[in-house]
Amino acid sequence: MEETPSAAPKRELALVSHATYVKEKALRYLFFACAFLAVVTVILIFAFTTYSAFPVFTDIGLANFFSLTWAPSEGEYGIVSLLAGSGLVTVGALVMGVPLGVGTAVYLVEIASDRVRKIISPAVDLLAGIPSIIYGFFGMVIIRPFVAQISDGLGFGALTAWFVLAIMIVPTITTLTMDALNSIPMGIREASYAMGATKWQTIYKVVLPAAKLGIVDAIVLGMGRAIGETMAVLMVVGNAPVIPSSIASPISTLTSQIALDMSYSSGLHRSALFGMGVVLFIISATLVGIVRLISKKRR
Amino acid sequence: MSVYQSAPTPESSAIIAKDFDFWYGDFHALTGLDVNIARNKITAFIGPSGCGKSTFLRCMNRMNDLIEGTHVSGSMSLDGNNIYAPGVDPVDLRRRVGMIFQQPNPFPKSIYENVAFGPRLQGVTSKSDLDDIVEESLKRANLWKEVSNQLSKDGLALSGGQQQRLCIARVLAVQPDVLLMDEPCSAIDPTSVQKVEDLMAELAPEMTIIIVTHSMQQAARISDYTAFFLQEVAGEPATLIEYGQTDAIFTSPMDRRTEDYITGRFG
Amino acid sequence: MADQSTQTDELTSRERIKRALSHGKAGRISKDTSNKVMLGVFRAAAYITTLVLVAIIAYVVINGLPHISPDFIFGWPEGVNAEGGIWPTIVSTIYVTALAMLICTPIAVLAAVYLAEYAKQGRLVNIIRYAADALASVPSIVMGLFGYALFVEAMGLGLSMLSAAMSLALLMLPIVMRTTEEAIRAVPRYIRWGAYGLGATKWQVVSKIVLPSAFGRIATGIVLAIGRAIGETAVVLYTMGQAINMPITPLDSGRPMTVHLYLLANDGINMNAAYGTALLLMIIILAFNLFSRYLSRRSR
Repeated sequence: MEETPSAAPKRELALVSHATYVKEKALRYLFFACAFLAVVTVILIFAFTTYSAFPVFTDIGLANFFSLTWAPSEGEYGIVSLLAGSGLVTVGALVMGVPLGVGTAVYLVEIASDRVRKIISPAVDLLAGIPSIIYGFFGMVIIRPFVAQISDGLGFGALTAWFVLAIMIVPTITTLTMDALNSIPMGIREASYAMGATKWQTIYKVVLPAAKLGIVDAIVLGMGRAIGETMAVLMVVGNAPVIPSSIASPISTLTSQIALDMSYSSGLHRSALFGMGVVLFIISATLVGIVRLISKKRR
Repeated sequence: MSVYQSAPTPESSAIIAKDFDFWYGDFHALTGLDVNIARNKITAFIGPSGCGKSTFLRCMNRMNDLIEGTHVSGSMSLDGNNIYAPGVDPVDLRRRVGMIFQQPNPFPKSIYENVAFGPRLQGVTSKSDLDDIVEESLKRANLWKEVSNQLSKDGLALSGGQQQRLCIARVLAVQPDVLLMDEPCSAIDPTSVQKVEDLMAELAPEMTIIIVTHSMQQAARISDYTAFFLQEVAGEPATLIEYGQTDAIFTSPMDRRTEDYITGRFG
Repeated sequence: MADQSTQTDELTSRERIKRALSHGKAGRISKDTSNKVMLGVFRAAAYITTLVLVAIIAYVVINGLPHISPDFIFGWPEGVNAEGGIWPTIVSTIYVTALAMLICTPIAVLAAVYLAEYAKQGRLVNIIRYAADALASVPSIVMGLFGYALFVEAMGLGLSMLSAAMSLALLMLPIVMRTTEEAIRAVPRYIRWGAYGLGATKWQVVSKIVLPSAFGRIATGIVLAIGRAIGETAVVLYTMGQAINMPITPLDSGRPMTVHLYLLANDGINMNAAYGTALLLMIIILAFNLFSRYLSRRSR
């Protein structure tokens, strides 16, 4: 800096004091540590679950682990029927839940009057807040007897789980689809109406294509929720680790089998449960990865 | 009362508003509008912000129907038919009265699909017909030369001015009788403004054009008729102050308030 | 005005478009009908969703209300059929949730401060965000397994409030982190500039200006996360234990309301108590959700 030829006593600019510097720096590291804890946790979850599942690789063997029969008491630790069970309930839940969830979102954003929106929107939020144990309970005491009547069985099975899970993933899908729809500029809707498009034509020719990626996002996250759901599924699927003969006969899923067996398992059986945990973790992390890729493409 | 200077006669008018009032819910936005819009001419709506000129424009293709709680009184007719008569389909009306918005708003689709959108709505499915319409519409919108070899490109990838001309091509593809333009030039660059103005002049002989503009120079340059709107008291409805041939309005306004606005004394 | 020389061209162009347009056959009736039908379908979807919520709430209320009494809320379960009250399970739920909140909130808020105020956008931040998203979507039973393996066994905390609270804190972490980050980002820049302009350090700006202005929205996120934690079952099932016990220290075990409901419903021995527990659980959770909505509306 040039020295100014002023008569006033010169006061030099203070340098950053050492104490301030250290304090700001230390805080910065503290915050970083907190943020990084998320990373550490995810790694820990993977590492610890895998570590506990280690006998799956050494003693059980991957061939046994990925075989059909789940009979821990006889040394059979095949998870394929459980994987199939998880897949079955998830696909069915999506088939029922996606139209309902996307339809609700489209209705709320594109069609409903303000008054109706103010009633239904909170309902979707509250639906998201209801705990899974209540859904499971409701499914067990209401939907199960109903399914039992139409299917001539006890009502435990995939069909009952579909109803329960479909309702459970609706709030996830609806909320995210609403976000996607709301992020579409009003202008292109107006342009479509001004061209003489009806509301439905505007929705399916302009709005839905524009929100496509966001809706896929919503569906993938809904799928994650369905695969990972434990208690509600546990209470309605009947917990029979077999390939089912019909959609109304008992099955089991990865999540429900873990929850059921953890209380009494030991040894290799327990390791196999942790192995299933690893499989679930990988599935959910992959789904999140897909969502992040899609989101990046959206921008 | 509004002042009229050699305004169009009903016989030469495409759109006639009579004693037209408009409300947003409880808010009375426009009152007592009597306006004849000359057929196949360019009419400019001018006035300060909030004077209701855009609102009035959006009444002409019933875009305001999309806002909850709006209603109208009086009559607004297109070629002698009241567009607010019971049973009139606003969707069909909008096919005859096209609209261009302030913000260019191409759909997030290819250039081709943008222009083909309207014809497809009307059930045109043949590829050759669509190709024909897309090419002719883009040519009429003076955009063909710039985009003819990239029709599959996303409409949003064009520059702002090109986007606006794409929107014009999109409207031309359905051959409306009337074209409403809501400040079409305020969000694009000056070179593009020139192109859009040239385009309007080319279209005018066969299309009734109404343009809302903040630029008095633009109104004076391109329009045949000019209407001046004003909301004198906040909270009160706006109305038409003076209407007539553009030359007359700009050279010898009869109303004091028109003169004040044109000479830049307020607004 | 119009350039007369292009006039003939224009006319042919216009005519060509008109001709092509006339080839289209717009079925007017089908257009209106499809519009009405499809809008009806969307409306039906929304109504079904709402109806399901009403049905669930109504069912739980109708069946649970007759069984709720001061004795039920403040009494102890007795006998093999768990007759009597559910007080210890309520206390366990509140205990573990409060503990989880105390563990989670400072970490989550500071982490959000880092992401919103300090971090440079880049690879590292991307990794942190991916981790937070992954954490948010870890199936709750896997979180339970992990909690069991790490807190209960490896760290030797046993089946306890602390083990369960730490597992729940991990579940709440991404929720609070995300809402807090959004809340911080929503604080207008000029407010920060004002403070910097007066010679405040970064930490002073964050602690004295940013966090207080974002407080309402941060609280919304925390309340929402608490609602999630109260309703969680699979995470606590194998970290807190299942024995009915009145927890005093963080190392005591217990049985939360959700697990109590699960065991009652599963055994089917005392459905009255199951309905009562379900209703109480739902009332508490809906209250937290409504409170969170109220907070978010007020802070806007």
